[in-house]
Amino acid sequence: MTTTATVRPGDPALQAAESGSLSTTELAAVRADFPLLERTVRGGKPLVYLDSAATSQKPQVVLDTEVDFYEQRNAAVHRGAHQLAEEATEAFEQARAAVAAFVGADEGEIVWQPGATAAINVVAYAFSNATLGRGGEAAARFRLAPGDEIVVTEAEHHANLVPWQELAARTGAVLRWIPVADDGRLDLSGLDSIVTERTRVLAFGHVSNVTGAIAPVATLVAAARRVGALTVLDACQSVPNMPVDLHELGVDFAAFSGHKMLGPTGVGALYGRRELLEAMPPTVTGGSMVEVVTMEATTYAPPPQRFEAGTQMVAQAVGMGCAAEYLGELGMAGVARHETELAAEMLKIADIPGVRVIGPLDTADRLAVVSFVVDGVHAHDVGQVLDDKGIAVRVGHHCAQPLHRRFGVAATARASASVYTTVEEVVAFREALAGVRAFFGAE
Amino acid sequence: MSTLEQMYQQVILDHAKYPVGRGLVDLASVEGHLAGESHQVNPTCGDEVTLRVDVTPEGSVAGVSWEGQGCSISQASVSVMTSLVEGADLDEVARLDGLFHDLMSSRGKGLGDDDAEDALGDATAFTGVSQYPARIKCALLGWAALKDSLARSGALATS
Repeated sequence: MTTTATVRPGDPALQAAESGSLSTTELAAVRADFPLLERTVRGGKPLVYLDSAATSQKPQVVLDTEVDFYEQRNAAVHRGAHQLAEEATEAFEQARAAVAAFVGADEGEIVWQPGATAAINVVAYAFSNATLGRGGEAAARFRLAPGDEIVVTEAEHHANLVPWQELAARTGAVLRWIPVADDGRLDLSGLDSIVTERTRVLAFGHVSNVTGAIAPVATLVAAARRVGALTVLDACQSVPNMPVDLHELGVDFAAFSGHKMLGPTGVGALYGRRELLEAMPPTVTGGSMVEVVTMEATTYAPPPQRFEAGTQMVAQAVGMGCAAEYLGELGMAGVARHETELAAEMLKIADIPGVRVIGPLDTADRLAVVSFVVDGVHAHDVGQVLDDKGIAVRVGHHCAQPLHRRFGVAATARASASVYTTVEEVVAFREALAGVRAFFGAE
Repeated sequence: MSTLEQMYQQVILDHAKYPVGRGLVDLASVEGHLAGESHQVNPTCGDEVTLRVDVTPEGSVAGVSWEGQGCSISQASVSVMTSLVEGADLDEVARLDGLFHDLMSSRGKGLGDDDAEDALGDATAFTGVSQYPARIKCALLGWAALKDSLARSGALATS
């Protein structure tokens, strides 16, 4: 089976693609940048990679940048007086600037982290340390007391839930959450009784990695501001697939990973408003994040270095900077329109008998991340049959068990897109999915 | 047969659809019998099984009952295992457990041993599953529950 034969010129699906800002020609050029997309799987079948929400593939320029760093510039950054150290530091800091510019932040507001999970934990542990008295008066707004409340949502990825559960357990604060409505969007009807004067933190995902729904950031930020709570945005799914301007969104903190935005694994970013980073006590301590160290005590470097203890993942950071530039040149408005077109194509699976989509069925305020169950067939079996046709989807709970419990399912299958995903691939996915129930004899 | 069809053999699809031993049976204490229960979860995909085993004073499996939810491989494997071990003595159960683990490590090649494959009976249908590393743990879920429930019953200590 080839994936290109399923859509012919004149097909409405293809016309939709051409009217978007990533033309068929542009999309072909983008795909040519990703060497992995050329490989075949399962006995010579073309790869249809619909698991970009788990991790994206990488363009050649990102791979080359990382190799080039090791071949030409590799040295420890922010130390040493030799030329290589200068060049490595320059590459590292230029990458920070590129990532900052890409998400509408200032350079000094982007902290390198091993990933988004680590980034969220830095904030959660800053609250812990401040509660223990670290950071002095400057860190007062990070102190929690029993009775204070931390608010998350029922849609969170475990990475933006478990650190807050743990923080609550350590400090005596209470964890509360905004529920999810039947359509997969946040149910804000009780928002004013959930986000109250007791709320100190409101942590939420920008785009659900299960439902694809885009959260109403402005409403949530306004609710948090009314009560003086700090906001933490999990931007892992939004940053790779839509324009994100963190200053404009007005969140206090944000976390996103490199590997989901066409960059390497092992690197991610924590964004914090400058004044907050300056007031925040460090979590991971050691070399490189200090000013003066005596045997008795240590003073810390200003942010972002204060939160970058130890030797950094320089090559990955440089690769992530390159990925940000690649996406920036592609234009995120166009990428977002491309996502919307793909979401529309994906959502047509709801018309297949026995298929139920978990999440919004319309393309408004959602990205091309579509989770679903097939009546009578377990998600793992669905994934296996699709895999046999070369179609890679995610199966399981996607690190969001509470959200799955909310919909009464243990596992779903999930198709997700990126900049290189084509309508033809989504059509191939739909056609394969239509045959799944017959394979298992489900009526 | 495609590798997918090798994996989803008809016997597996049948067991998934019409499972043996499904529905937990109360373990009313029968004089001299040992009983044990185990709950096993596969955290990566959410598959789970709760299994109860009833062991006679002579050390053979009087009955297995279970409840579970998960993919066809995990559910069919518990079902096939149930029909295989009922009536078997604990030495035989341990041997079958070892053989099934060997089969799952065979990367689709099977055991190459007719006696062993005869002993495994319908469970040899899972040979195809061993070509898919991500699915092996699905097939082993029920066996883990059996082993653990036997241990909890105290029957392994006395046998």
